[in-house]
Amino acid sequence: MIILELKDIYLHFGGIMALNGVSLDVREGEIFAIIGPNGAGKTSIFNCISGLYSPDRGQILYKGKEINRLSPFKRAQLGLARSFQNIELFRGMTVIDNLMLGRHIHMRTNLFTGGLWFGKARGEEIRHREIVEEIIDFLEIQDIRKKAVGTLAYGLQKRVELGRALALDPQVLLLDEPMAGMNAEETEDMARFILDINEERDVTVVLIEHDMGVVMDISDRICTLDFGERISMGKPAEIQADPKVIAAYLGEEEL
Amino acid sequence: MSLQQSGIFHETYKEDMAIFQTPFIKFWMAAFMVLLILFPWINKPLNALVNTNTLYLMNLIGIYIIGAHGLNILTGFTGQISLGHGAFMGVGAYASAILTVKVGIPFWFALPLAGLITALVGMVFGIPSLRLKGLYLAIATMAAQFIIGYAMRNWSTLTGGSTGIVVSSPSFFGISLGDDRSYYYLVYTLVIATTLYTKNLTRTRPGRAFVAIRDRYLAAEVIGVNVWLYRILSFGISSFLVGIAGSLWAHYVLVVNDEAFGIWLSVQYLAMIIIGGMGSVLGGIYGAVFMTLLPILLRIPEHALTQIYPGVFAIFQSMTEGVFGLIIILFLIFEPDGLAARWHTIKNYWKLWPFSY
Repeated sequence: MIILELKDIYLHFGGIMALNGVSLDVREGEIFAIIGPNGAGKTSIFNCISGLYSPDRGQILYKGKEINRLSPFKRAQLGLARSFQNIELFRGMTVIDNLMLGRHIHMRTNLFTGGLWFGKARGEEIRHREIVEEIIDFLEIQDIRKKAVGTLAYGLQKRVELGRALALDPQVLLLDEPMAGMNAEETEDMARFILDINEERDVTVVLIEHDMGVVMDISDRICTLDFGERISMGKPAEIQADPKVIAAYLGEEEL
Repeated sequence: MSLQQSGIFHETYKEDMAIFQTPFIKFWMAAFMVLLILFPWINKPLNALVNTNTLYLMNLIGIYIIGAHGLNILTGFTGQISLGHGAFMGVGAYASAILTVKVGIPFWFALPLAGLITALVGMVFGIPSLRLKGLYLAIATMAAQFIIGYAMRNWSTLTGGSTGIVVSSPSFFGISLGDDRSYYYLVYTLVIATTLYTKNLTRTRPGRAFVAIRDRYLAAEVIGVNVWLYRILSFGISSFLVGIAGSLWAHYVLVVNDEAFGIWLSVQYLAMIIIGGMGSVLGGIYGAVFMTLLPILLRIPEHALTQIYPGVFAIFQSMTEGVFGLIIILFLIFEPDGLAARWHTIKNYWKLWPFSY
């Protein structure tokens, strides 16, 4: 079943066509990768899906319903979560608080019950704290749970951001370069987390990544973009063999 | 041999989330509460020392603490600067005065109503915050300051114009709260209530959403926080608290007129939370205490020097103002995170003393 579908998306900034009629579909339960050279429009697609940009033309369908006009927070409530390329964590807050913010859409505490604390608010805090702690265990970040996020190393911050997105309990998880700037070991850990999230938690993962080794290993299908256009879509082996993809990455041979 | 724990080990999340975590802190908090309760009965020697009515000072501090909590929620936690909180406090004071004097509602209903009215006014003037940030928002809220100030002066049928409104003291089941001592208990009951409220709010869902908007509003939106709603709510709750402070102020000073609620008060509120510590509940308290006490404490040497050199009284007086300004500047340079952060560092230092690692 197709869970997320983009139909003929156009997006421009001034005279630049960031997305030029891109269509793609993500099937439920798969790991879908979007690759392409810098400036190809990968992150623009994510921003269109999560609602930070609204495309000039085209449709974004989530579970068959058009979500073009929904504001970002409503899309999050529908089950779309994402991480950012250049970490967008709440730096002054602890890891726990960042993850608890991920639970925001599932909580009900308001200005009155929250201010009173005793009763509803405390019960809810404890319930969701348990879920957050479970994610902390899953991502193996127990030792830093009470540290301010801004003080953590880059690789750990990436992991916390993944945790925050996971705390939303999403159906579709958009990951923007989760392995960027990581060493081999961290990359391996992250790949393992993504596979676990996909398999154990039944989350559909859409992934932007430059590390081709990882992309080819873990994704079910891949879409390649260049200059805002989709140049191919298919299984990793097909993409690897596609002459258009090779041309986009390596340049065409002058004859 | 008795075994002692080498640290704090919580076994439930409930314990982990408690505000006062150790018996040590609980004990000192209780001691502090007892001191607060006894203060009106033991303040006589202090009066002589600083040459003022310390109970009156305490009441002012209490009222400012409530207002500072309000501004701290908005500016410290949500990251939206307001230069209109002086006027919002005025709205609370006028609302309470009009409700009790002209409408004839008892104080106990007028107090929360004044808060609600101020919250409404604050939310209306908070609408620009949906588009504006930082300094631009500061200027937009300054407009609120001037518009409300103008209304207070010129809407004579409602506000009594420049003469203002004379208010009476509230009474509690027949006991008049007209003197400093009984009003002290009223003020500090509300100080404790609002402090707990602010603390609880900032550690639960709405408070986290506020901080998320302050730190990265785009990320906040993407993880499902209705940024639009929470910005307005922040203005609302912030104005509510400052409105309560205004109402308390009105029924303490007993005459409400516009002069008290000028831009100076707005700046003073900002100074309180900056000096005390933005984004920290204790910060509002420290700031209010500091900003109220400093001019008074500076008056002690001024007073003493004037006794010795009566001829140059005017110079000492203006010097005091200068020193006041200087201390604030020095504070901003050497203590940019506020008194609350300093208190935190001192506490951590003593935890490990005398071994610094």
